[in-house]
Amino acid sequence: MAASRANALYVRRRFRNGIARSLAYAAAAFGLGWLVLILAVLLFNGIGGLSLAVFTQDTPPPGSDGGLLNAIVGSIAMTILAILIGTPIGILAGTYMAEYGRHEKLTMIVRFINDILLSAPSIVVGLFIYEIMVAPMGHFSGYAGAVALAVIVIPVVVRTTEDMLRLVPDTLREAAASIGLPRAHMIVRVAYRAARAGIVTGILLAVARVSGETAPLLFTALNNQFFSLNMNAPMPSLPVVIFQFALSPYEEWQKLAWTGALLITFTVLALSILARSLTARRT
Amino acid sequence: MNIASSSQAPVVGTPVATHAGVSTVGLSEKVSIRNLEFFYGDARALKNINLSLYANKTTAFIGPSGCGKSTLLRILNRMYDLYPGQRATGEVMFDGENLLDAGMDINLLRARIGMVFQKPTPFPMSIYENIAFGIRLYERLPRAEVDARVEQALRRAALWDEVKDKLGASGLGLSGGQQQRLCIARTVAVKPEVILFDEPCSALDPISTAKIEELIDELKQDYTIVIVTHNMQQAARVSDFTAFMYLGELIEFGVTEKIFTAPDDKRTQAYITGRFG
Amino acid sequence: MANDHILRRFDEELERLNATINEMGGLTESQFARALAAVRERDTGTAEEVIADDARVDALDAAVQEQTVKLLALRQPMAVDLRVVLSSIKIAAALERIADYAKNTAKRSIVLAQGTAPASAVAGIDRLGRLVRSALKDVLDAFADDDVAKARDVWNRDEEIDQVYTGLFRELLTYMMEDPRTITACTHLLFMAKNIERAGDHVTNIAELVNFRSTGKNFAEARPKGSGALYTADGAS
Repeated sequence: MAASRANALYVRRRFRNGIARSLAYAAAAFGLGWLVLILAVLLFNGIGGLSLAVFTQDTPPPGSDGGLLNAIVGSIAMTILAILIGTPIGILAGTYMAEYGRHEKLTMIVRFINDILLSAPSIVVGLFIYEIMVAPMGHFSGYAGAVALAVIVIPVVVRTTEDMLRLVPDTLREAAASIGLPRAHMIVRVAYRAARAGIVTGILLAVARVSGETAPLLFTALNNQFFSLNMNAPMPSLPVVIFQFALSPYEEWQKLAWTGALLITFTVLALSILARSLTARRT
Repeated sequence: MNIASSSQAPVVGTPVATHAGVSTVGLSEKVSIRNLEFFYGDARALKNINLSLYANKTTAFIGPSGCGKSTLLRILNRMYDLYPGQRATGEVMFDGENLLDAGMDINLLRARIGMVFQKPTPFPMSIYENIAFGIRLYERLPRAEVDARVEQALRRAALWDEVKDKLGASGLGLSGGQQQRLCIARTVAVKPEVILFDEPCSALDPISTAKIEELIDELKQDYTIVIVTHNMQQAARVSDFTAFMYLGELIEFGVTEKIFTAPDDKRTQAYITGRFG
Repeated sequence: MANDHILRRFDEELERLNATINEMGGLTESQFARALAAVRERDTGTAEEVIADDARVDALDAAVQEQTVKLLALRQPMAVDLRVVLSSIKIAAALERIADYAKNTAKRSIVLAQGTAPASAVAGIDRLGRLVRSALKDVLDAFADDDVAKARDVWNRDEEIDQVYTGLFRELLTYMMEDPRTITACTHLLFMAKNIERAGDHVTNIAELVNFRSTGKNFAEARPKGSGALYTADGAS
């Protein structure tokens, strides 16, 4: 009798397991399906527009042909500046939290706020920078755009730096201390080295994150129809151009918008894969 | 105990001066621990420890887990300073200075009292750099001299022959036993006076363990050695003096032979013979 | 002494070692007593038995060796356990020697039974033998009960045994000088006396080992030496 009861239990358990597993598969397929669909639509609509002109010509006036050169350059310029501003701040903050202030209250507060910042709507960041930079300066600018992006970079870098440094075993810190290495040396020479791949991955993820941001740039760098390297003036960027062109009634612009979307998506994908492989090699 | 070690500075003759029943004739005190107490927050982890570590001798700390032996070891190079809420009171005299003093330069102290850890901890850099790193911290030397010191340290740690052709390779690529010897070389390269071993063989196979033990025996000629070990046979094999600790107290301290053949305290006896622990 | 190990097999093995020593002690005591009886009663049958039974003592000695080697190799005994194992080897060796002396005494008793030995000298041998036998019994009790005080008592009795031996030695010399026809018998008796005295020394050693096993120390004073009248130096023991 005991055997048959166990058997019934087992069958029921197996049945429930089967349901749970099917649901899990379905959910995974659902998520992946959208991704595949997005990539497919992007490829379908965007690949046709890919040509040398996209990389050599500026955005055209309505009704004529052109490229995305000014937008690409603007995006790259603002992203680089954002990384240059955000990364040192992020790394230093993360270092404080993981190395010096590990047991401090301040660290807990900073981590909490950082997590909020990490998930804050980016349009809020755009509005904030508008208030503190664009309004006082009296005009939109590439600098304001870069600062807005930097505000998005910082929490990502803070988080990854702290996490990666925390993964460095304490025994390594103790070993460094045990030969008389001062703490600052230990951090730079040993802990950073051990956490390097992880920290670089964090920066790459931050690049991926900001290179697709539109909202903060709308209020800060705005846009520019022409090629410009002057960061003190409005600057074009791929996401904003896509936003503008996609909403326009002109067919050429819409086509360029698809191509730009394709470019951004694959850049982000490539960065993510690179970041992933860096982490994988580390472990 | 091998012949070399017992012929070196044997504990002989009628005890004129004794400490905890140990004849101290012919021994010089390297570190002297007096009335030491240690606290993790409010919890007292060590109670009134009095102990001497003798120059060019190996002292083993044994006892069941949580008895305070590692805590005691980590006081000797102020490793506990890395963590908040830990404090020590009392005296640990080292060359006439109380190393618990707030004014003590901890980095210089640690250069003089080196440490080898339970798990091998090579730095994430080349074998050469692992050792040169520590040397260059305190001495500005020409490249050739650093090379010589690196070789000397690796030879001292009986690792030279195994790595001399791949000094540029990562230290993390070595086997566990080799990594541990690399760590010993790294410690030795800084020219400390005392070397602390915190269960140095617990992650190693018996052959690697034997090599480390042989090394410890050799290092004794130049350094004062303290070893914490869970392995009583190891304590018996490598040490001249043994301190048995239990529940944060030093229960018995004496010549290793005596502790392992005829300990005075019942608790020592019970632990050593495998009756509790 | 052997209880309470976390590893119970270890306890069992130590207990078995103790049991083997106890058995060997009992047998040796019986060998010694029967050898004395053979001398006293001119009983060649008993003497033959003693000679034959020596092999049993040797077998037990071999068993002790085997058990101690196994304990050393497999259990790495420490402190009191180490002392138990080490003292067991030495006690077994001492018992084996005592049994050998008993055997030798039994052999000589057969020769002696055929001739005429001075009755008072034989009585002297018996007196010496009783002293040693009682010491042997006590030391075996001390071993079984882990009784250090008793062991010390036995250890102190060695002096008395030595004195009786010295007296007997002189007595036998006197017999031989007075009547050269007794020389053969008296020489045998002399060797017997020497054997019994040596057995007494081994009993003293066992007493020392019982103390060492229990305390890890030796009896503090120098061993009581026999009278200096026989030799200038007692190097053998």
